[in-house]
Amino acid sequence: MTMKWVEVASIDDIPSRGARCVNTPEGKIAVFRTAEGQVFAIEDHCPHKGGPLSQGIVHGTSVTCPLHNWVISLETGKALGADEGTARTVPTRIEGERLFIALGAVVEKAA
Amino acid sequence: MTEKLVIIGNGMAPGRMLDHLLEAAPDRYQVTIFNAEPRVNYDRIMLSPVLSGEKDYEQIIIHGDGWYVRNGITLYKGHKIEAIDRAAKTVTSSEGVTESYDKLVIATGSNPLIIPVPGHDFAGVLTYRDLDDVNAMLLAAQSRAKAVVIGGGLLGLEAAAGLQAQGMDVTVVHLMPTLMERQLDPAAGYLLQKALEERGIKVLTKANTRKILGNGKVEGVELADGTTIPATLVIMAAGIRPNATLAKAAGLTINRGIVVDHAMRTSDPDIFALGECAEIGDHVYGLVAPLYEMARVIAANLAGDEAARFVHIDTPTKLKVTGIDVYSLGDFADGDDREEIVLRDASAGVYRRLILKDNRIIGTVLFGEVGDGAWFNDLKKKSTNISEMRNTLIFGPAFQGGGARDPGAAVAALPDDAEICGCNGICKGKVTGTIKAKGLTTLDEVRAHTKASASCGTCTGLVEQLMELTLGDAFNRTAVQPMCACTALGHDDVRRLIVAKSLKTMASVMQELEWKTSCGCAKCRPALNYYLVSDWPDEYADDYQSRFINERAHANIQKDGTFSVVPRMWGGVTSSNELRAIADVVDKFAIPTVKVTGGQRIDMLGVRKEDLPAVWADLGKAGFVSGHAYAKGLRTVKTCVGTDWCRFGTQDSTGLGIRIEKFMWGSWTPAKVKMAVSGCPRNCAEATCKDVGVICVDSGYEIHFAGAAGLDIKGTEILGQVKTEDEALEYIVAVVQMYREQGRYLERIYKWAKRVGLDEIRRQIVQDGEKRRAYFDRFVFSQKFAQVDPWSERVSGKDKHEFRPMATVGFAEAAE
Repeated sequence: MTMKWVEVASIDDIPSRGARCVNTPEGKIAVFRTAEGQVFAIEDHCPHKGGPLSQGIVHGTSVTCPLHNWVISLETGKALGADEGTARTVPTRIEGERLFIALGAVVEKAA
Repeated sequence: MTEKLVIIGNGMAPGRMLDHLLEAAPDRYQVTIFNAEPRVNYDRIMLSPVLSGEKDYEQIIIHGDGWYVRNGITLYKGHKIEAIDRAAKTVTSSEGVTESYDKLVIATGSNPLIIPVPGHDFAGVLTYRDLDDVNAMLLAAQSRAKAVVIGGGLLGLEAAAGLQAQGMDVTVVHLMPTLMERQLDPAAGYLLQKALEERGIKVLTKANTRKILGNGKVEGVELADGTTIPATLVIMAAGIRPNATLAKAAGLTINRGIVVDHAMRTSDPDIFALGECAEIGDHVYGLVAPLYEMARVIAANLAGDEAARFVHIDTPTKLKVTGIDVYSLGDFADGDDREEIVLRDASAGVYRRLILKDNRIIGTVLFGEVGDGAWFNDLKKKSTNISEMRNTLIFGPAFQGGGARDPGAAVAALPDDAEICGCNGICKGKVTGTIKAKGLTTLDEVRAHTKASASCGTCTGLVEQLMELTLGDAFNRTAVQPMCACTALGHDDVRRLIVAKSLKTMASVMQELEWKTSCGCAKCRPALNYYLVSDWPDEYADDYQSRFINERAHANIQKDGTFSVVPRMWGGVTSSNELRAIADVVDKFAIPTVKVTGGQRIDMLGVRKEDLPAVWADLGKAGFVSGHAYAKGLRTVKTCVGTDWCRFGTQDSTGLGIRIEKFMWGSWTPAKVKMAVSGCPRNCAEATCKDVGVICVDSGYEIHFAGAAGLDIKGTEILGQVKTEDEALEYIVAVVQMYREQGRYLERIYKWAKRVGLDEIRRQIVQDGEKRRAYFDRFVFSQKFAQVDPWSERVSGKDKHEFRPMATVGFAEAAE
């Protein structure tokens, strides 16, 4: 298991009901913060046509893709409603204000 | 031969009685109604929403004029019956009409109690019983002055909330220590008082009115303790008294009301009494459910079923003040043989109390969250032994059996005989059975066939859930298309309520209009954000997280996640300096595509998001501002070269186009707005397929609007013709402002115009100069806050986080 926790920012860097991107060797990861203050990270790539999910409108624990309005669950990465597809989720951890994401889990799988 | 049935009074109870009678024995009677009010039958329970501005009179009519004609009923409006001659079997009206009867129904309702304090007859002292009262209150409310409501019961509080919604400063004066003490226990009364006070309604309890101050006209109220409250309007809502005057004069047996037996017959077997004027088994009734039960009993008797009997049942009380939910049922006094279960959630403002006797519910008080009332009512009615579920009972049906909390499940779990509509006494089985038997698919149909949710409407949600349960996907929720799944309200209702209730934040809209989700969705949030920006330009703080990415990043997102940038070129006119600056930017940032748009300007496509602020900085140095090509707002004003160059030009079309664009840029609109100005009827700027267009002619300017050249193709309509450029600008701005105030989010002008009607728009913009200037002034006011170039703001550092990655991590590790 080579999964590694990497500190990326303070949670206050992300606007409430918004997202910020983190560039990683595994591609762009979008880190979301909901109205309730929960934080989720998923790849910044809609399973439909690759739209940047980080640019969508965040509501509840979902984001609506800016390109064609697919609604993606931030918890599971799965498309909700009638659409089918999954964006990869990335584990997150919060220590105080500090925000970590887990890298490596996927590289392992791909190899 | 048909018999003659005469009805005195045309309130809700006789209206309902006729519905039943026409169904059971349509041809048996020739019916005549005398109504002291000069109008048809309307839903009196809905007067409170009319007062608060949430509904209008037309929406609360139960039987319109056509109904009486179709059913062959004679309705005398504005006729008060002055005498009943029981020997001759006739009645005579104030207008001199005499009518004979075989059967007579007295439904004279009740009169408000007027407290006989000095000054009770001053101008400005009103009661709250009928539409005339509401109209008088609405008129008085226009002054925005102070009002005192005497009486903190159901009616008084609904009046207070309505007047406050109309902008008045309201004080409620209540004799007892807590509000609605007949329906609520002190704890719920306290919460209610707090909720009202939070809305700005003042409440004085243990307050005895000594006199009304003034000199023929109300100036205030003086209490027994010497306190005086200034007011120009006083509402007496201290209670009602059955109106039995006429029956008494006719020699019928009277006690508090007109005494009737269980078949609703008075001491004269040919005369029935119905509604609030009737007294049965020592009870008089004021809530609609028992009155409808009386109506059913009389209709059955009139139709020949003499076995029909009125039976007393407890009716839940609900307060109709939007946003304050109160439910009370049965007996809630403490007692040695009684137990109670209480749940409080102070932060959510929730209070629930169940009163038990021998493990059975005998009373329920709910405050803040009342959706489970029907379930508790059912347990009470059936005297269900609750010992098995005692630990979780207070949490309601969704928590029984430990199942997941699904709003539909609670309704699905209700037995067929559970009451859904308290007003009309309609149970679940009747609703679902009728839906299946008659193949009903809309709420209106269900209301028409079953009456469920057709009176006060608070059970509409339950009825809709039953329809959903019964019909599945075939259910068409309401005739009005809701904004989105977060609400049952349509765009128009939401816009109206935002203004009527002065809702100025997204949180308050969602709270007050009872959004079903905690923070909306990608459909409703941008719409609400626009409505709030449009209605409260100076007060509302724009919520960027509720804007679509294009309006958040001030550029157009492309399929690969890059953006396109379109600077404004006023009226489509540019210069060598501007073109040079664009060329430099394209080179410096390696922008892959440069294209001329249909709106007479230049689009740079494929700009990376991180580069946007730097691109804008360079463009800004050359004098460019944002072209808002991404906005639901003013886009372009296309022009032709007009009198400057063209040999056919009649006016300075380029100049007018630039003037319009400079005046209107930055304004947000329900959907994009594209304009054009052509210098002559040859129309080279293609103004006749735009949202707003101008065709210059020798004698002035022809103003066009409501064209389309996208999904739909549609030529414009002519708004009007004016002589000067100033007038042209005023007309254009006014029609756009009218659209800004009325349009549904994403609805283009041509669709809005079709919905509202071209004549109505011309009436307000062309014929009514005062209205036009008011629209113009409101637009100018809102521009004070809207005309800020978003690009230069971001060049200066605003919303930096939007354009930068938060971090770059992991590369060193990966290299190892």
